[in-house]
Amino acid sequence: MPEPIRLLDEHGTRHASEEWDPWIADLDDAALAALYEDMVVVRRIDTEATALQRQGELALWPPLLGQEAAQIGSGRALRADDFVFSSYRENAVAYCRGVGILDLVRVWRGITASAWNPYDVGMATPQVIIGAQALHATGYAIGIQADHRRDASVDSVAVAYFGDGAMSEGDVSEAFVFASTFQAPVVFICQNNQYAISEPVRVQTRIPLVDRPAGFGIPAVEVDGNDVLAVMAVTRQALERARTGGGPSFIEAVTYRMGPHTTADDPTRYRDPAELEVWARRDPITRLRTLLEQHGAGGLELETRVAESADRVARELRAGITELGDPPALDVFAHVYAEPHPGLDRERDAYARYLEGFEGGAL
Amino acid sequence: MTTLTLAKALNAGLRRALTDDDKVVLMGEDIGKLGGVYRVTDGLQAEFGTDRVIDTPLAESGIIGTAIGLAYRGYRPVCEIQFDGFVYPAFDQIVSQLAKMHARTRGTVRLPLTIRIPVGGGIGAAEHHSESPEAYFAHTAGLRVVSVSNPQDAATMLRQSIACDDPVIFFEPKRRYHLKGEVDDAIPLSSAVPLGSARVARERTGDGPAVTLVTWGGMVGIALDAAVAAADEGVAIEVIDLRSLSPIDYDTVTASVRATGRIVIAQEGPGEAGLASEIAAVVTERCFHFLEAAPVRVTGHDVPYPPAKLERHHLPDLDRILDGVDRALGRVASAPAGAVTTQVR
Repeated sequence: MPEPIRLLDEHGTRHASEEWDPWIADLDDAALAALYEDMVVVRRIDTEATALQRQGELALWPPLLGQEAAQIGSGRALRADDFVFSSYRENAVAYCRGVGILDLVRVWRGITASAWNPYDVGMATPQVIIGAQALHATGYAIGIQADHRRDASVDSVAVAYFGDGAMSEGDVSEAFVFASTFQAPVVFICQNNQYAISEPVRVQTRIPLVDRPAGFGIPAVEVDGNDVLAVMAVTRQALERARTGGGPSFIEAVTYRMGPHTTADDPTRYRDPAELEVWARRDPITRLRTLLEQHGAGGLELETRVAESADRVARELRAGITELGDPPALDVFAHVYAEPHPGLDRERDAYARYLEGFEGGAL
Repeated sequence: MTTLTLAKALNAGLRRALTDDDKVVLMGEDIGKLGGVYRVTDGLQAEFGTDRVIDTPLAESGIIGTAIGLAYRGYRPVCEIQFDGFVYPAFDQIVSQLAKMHARTRGTVRLPLTIRIPVGGGIGAAEHHSESPEAYFAHTAGLRVVSVSNPQDAATMLRQSIACDDPVIFFEPKRRYHLKGEVDDAIPLSSAVPLGSARVARERTGDGPAVTLVTWGGMVGIALDAAVAAADEGVAIEVIDLRSLSPIDYDTVTASVRATGRIVIAQEGPGEAGLASEIAAVVTERCFHFLEAAPVRVTGHDVPYPPAKLERHHLPDLDRILDGVDRALGRVASAPAGAVTTQVR
């Protein structure tokens, strides 16, 4: 079996690649340090959110621990005018898109289903129905194509993020059909983190996931998802293909879900601790730290700066979370329809009158 | 004004919508070159091009899911599901995604899709071509559901549905595609009867006993025939064509029931947990003291749609509607066999 594309291995050794180096030739030490900081910060957000859930401040949290490179490497390759359709786990991608720290946890506090305006950050509200977003991204890309026909300067790309489990869902296969038939400018990024809750990826497929899109006529690459440089390189290539009328691409980013599926899951019931040790050695952050040190760009100064960033974000999160107020009761009826709906209005008014019968009224 | 079949009226409505708004895009199986299996989209691809009238892959979830993506990008897709029984593969995209998106994004994302579905039986078809899935969608908050019965409504309500910023499930009675009627396809939408309004298709006349008969879609024609037959026996049936199944215009229905004191609700779909039951419940709540008899439902049986040779035993016809009217008038036992009819003190 061919090795996944890898430019920075788990020991921090940089491997030259004629094919892929040009795609990241612009990454100087400052850029590498920025990627390093990104990964450290999003890991800290993840750690804090997990702790906040254990403390009862969040109802649930889906950790991305271990997947930082897959999300930062691809997320930082996107343009502001691209549009992301993701699952509930892509909080590091949301971070890249400019979603505020508190907005990352608002949903998990149970306040709202959508913590940001998708059009402000170019990222749809994360999807809970596995794989449904692949079709939305494909349709969005078909829309970009239509816009491009009117205005050739339009070359945005739609990006769908989903996991290895989603590859079994019919909607993902249908998305591949539509993307291929229309040659839509969409990039499918599959983070194969080895598990869909408790099911190892071998339950989803007998062949490498990266071999499946070819059956739909979609070019696909397999990349070491813990190598932020390789992830960025393959993502940039896929984006360029889409922007220049080359149609859809598929990226399998091979990584590992170091944490549970969510804070409600107990992976000790189905995972061997030895497996975690193997993947801990492949940590995405450690290898980049090693590379930076080799470049003379690491060390105390970088670590201090990055730690301060992470601490600042953690403080912001902890300070802000208790300020997130509960929504008013009648929000139950809010925004169900864009246009007036007499039936629902009548229901809402009846419920409001009912609440007024209690001390404290319609709180 | 021209005389058009219901199918041609839909075609005219689509043509006008495509002309009036260049964000309108049609998507569906066989709608382009073929013009649709019922020719509803006939000629539209030739006129507006393959970019605006799109033959999609054979994948209903894919059609609705990609249409959602197109709407995210600012387009106004009009999707065709080829037959009622084929909508179910798209059920998750419709009820989990389309219906909930406006609420879950707190109004920041609008998905103004129109999903056109040929509906109902009476055409002697094979399995899954004669379904009545209206109730599933009327039960789902966030969707609007309409059902047209005549060519004028077909043209106007389709244009209104497309212009509506909410997702609309648009049911077309396939047994009536050949029904002819006068159509003005250029009615300004601002002055048209609102999309959510019911229509009194036939007013009660005379001083004799009267019954309100509520129905929609392909059943309206049969209801009107029943009203003619009943008039010969001195019974006045006021026929209400609901037009909109979500929201339902209860103001029009209850105004009629307060005058007649009796209601029959007729639908093709199976009775259990269907729309007729919902209407019966609401009318009972709002008109209890005006009712002379319990609401009567005349519906398809609670069975999978039968083969063509048995279809006439399943679909309510004129006789079954008149039987329902008799029951509302107390002329036959109003409860089915086996029900408790004695009062308990």
